[in-house]
Amino acid sequence: MPTQRSQFTVFSRLLHWTMAAMILSMLCIGAAMVASLANYHVLISIHRPLGISILVLVVVRLVNRLLNPPPSFPATMSRAERLAATASEFTMYSLMFILPLIGWGMLSAARYPIILTRSLHLPFILPHDVTLYAALRKMHTILAYLFFLTFVAHFVAILYHALIVRDGILKRMAPWSIRLKNTVVDQNSVNK
Amino acid sequence: MTTDFKLSAESEPPRLGKLSKLARFGLLGAALTVAAGTFAYFGGWFIRDDLTPARFVDGFEQVNGVHAGFRRNHAKGMGVFGFFDSNGNGVRLSQAVIFQPGRVQVIGRFSLGGGHPDVSDKPDAVRGLALQFSLPNGELWRTAMINFPVFPFRTPEAFYEQLIASKPDPNTGKHDPGKMEEFLASHPETVQALTVIKGQPSSSGFDNSTFHSSNAFRFINSAGDSIPVRWIMTPMQPFESANNASIPQDKNYLFNALIAQIHRQPLRWRLIIVIGQPGDPTNDATIPWPAEREQVVVGTLTLDRVESDDTSAATDLNFDPLVLPVGIAPSDDPLLSARSAVYSQSFTRRAGETKQPSAIRPSDVRKGE
Repeated sequence: MPTQRSQFTVFSRLLHWTMAAMILSMLCIGAAMVASLANYHVLISIHRPLGISILVLVVVRLVNRLLNPPPSFPATMSRAERLAATASEFTMYSLMFILPLIGWGMLSAARYPIILTRSLHLPFILPHDVTLYAALRKMHTILAYLFFLTFVAHFVAILYHALIVRDGILKRMAPWSIRLKNTVVDQNSVNK
Repeated sequence: MTTDFKLSAESEPPRLGKLSKLARFGLLGAALTVAAGTFAYFGGWFIRDDLTPARFVDGFEQVNGVHAGFRRNHAKGMGVFGFFDSNGNGVRLSQAVIFQPGRVQVIGRFSLGGGHPDVSDKPDAVRGLALQFSLPNGELWRTAMINFPVFPFRTPEAFYEQLIASKPDPNTGKHDPGKMEEFLASHPETVQALTVIKGQPSSSGFDNSTFHSSNAFRFINSAGDSIPVRWIMTPMQPFESANNASIPQDKNYLFNALIAQIHRQPLRWRLIIVIGQPGDPTNDATIPWPAEREQVVVGTLTLDRVESDDTSAATDLNFDPLVLPVGIAPSDDPLLSARSAVYSQSFTRRAGETKQPSAIRPSDVRKGE
């Protein structure tokens, strides 16, 4: 391969930004609904199907991630930074799976119906057990905060690279395609 | 191994001046603040005295104390089981599967209002009946009704104000009548509602009580027509007036009578849908609808088995009034979303606690079987 892709594939970028919007909305809706009397019902009516949509999309995304490995890290990233970036990616993928699953599981344990449409109801995936519900409900909140903190770390790291280091890292995930002139890549740069 | 690619067109960026670097860090800080601030804003962190579900339930706990494992309101209760036979008359009103002719299984709970699980039964205590209908297509319909023809409060805030006004003085153990007068003076709608409630003769027991949906809902039929409704469960057991003069010694006399009655024969109620007309308030549960509104009997509820809260599956259900099948939707009543939110908060708190035995024990329920 003479040149290496310097951007994520179009589909990867589409998934990234769509899910970023969904997840950030989800975190804000989650925080807002537990604090609201007047909007609780409207917000929870969005929260449940949105959570299930995220669960479906993360499956697609994981498959896509395995089929299309990301472009390699820029040279400006230290070993520690690369480790941190990989760890945060792993954490976010895990949370994208675990948070909706815990949500589904806790609703099952409490026997709250999970109605998507009239003919599409999700089955209960756990037995009716309120102690289990209480534990999962607590975990749902804790992991949601963890997700927000991981997002903040990701956001700050990207901004630091974009504003201070200026290594063009944001271009890898830019929603638009960037044609880089004379992109020369060392033969060895391809992930092996 | 991976080595790194370099963009030859973009060699080392020019060094940043001190001021530029500072400005860029400032921008980074500002972006971080906006992100964290947005999240905190949605979480309500900036509005400290807003009434939230947690604060509402804190209110119940301040007034009644924390009784581990019990509902924060309607703490005293007992489970029931039975079925609902739909006669098909509701099909034209709502596409909900429950209204198609046939039988669905029901689990429910009778209760007394208030947060004390060991409160003595009294004729004038609020009586509750919560039901879950299990529809054949897997949908659930939950409704939590009380024996008041109208609800005493128009908004969740009014409910909370009254709750706090009823808080007993830590020294005397009694609530301050002055605070209640103050509340009523600023809530004429509650005064009017209480007049309507007191105007309804009180019945002798759970078996001959009429239970009301309290809030308005909307029914949507298969043609898409949406109508405002309220519903009532009217007892088929004959009315008998409550004897206010001599309250029985037995502190569980209402529940014990219910147990004995159900052991004798199943108890039955008619489910009546009251159809609102334009102008009938759907966002104000304190106002009765005119008595001449069309009423449609859509079926019969039969309750034939009782079970203690200690063992009943109903104990572990949240009778959230917004667990609705397709064909029944919330109205614009502000109490509905608030009930859903507060019930959920109460449910989550008690779910994590070890429950103490209920006032009505399994041995009480077996008596006379």
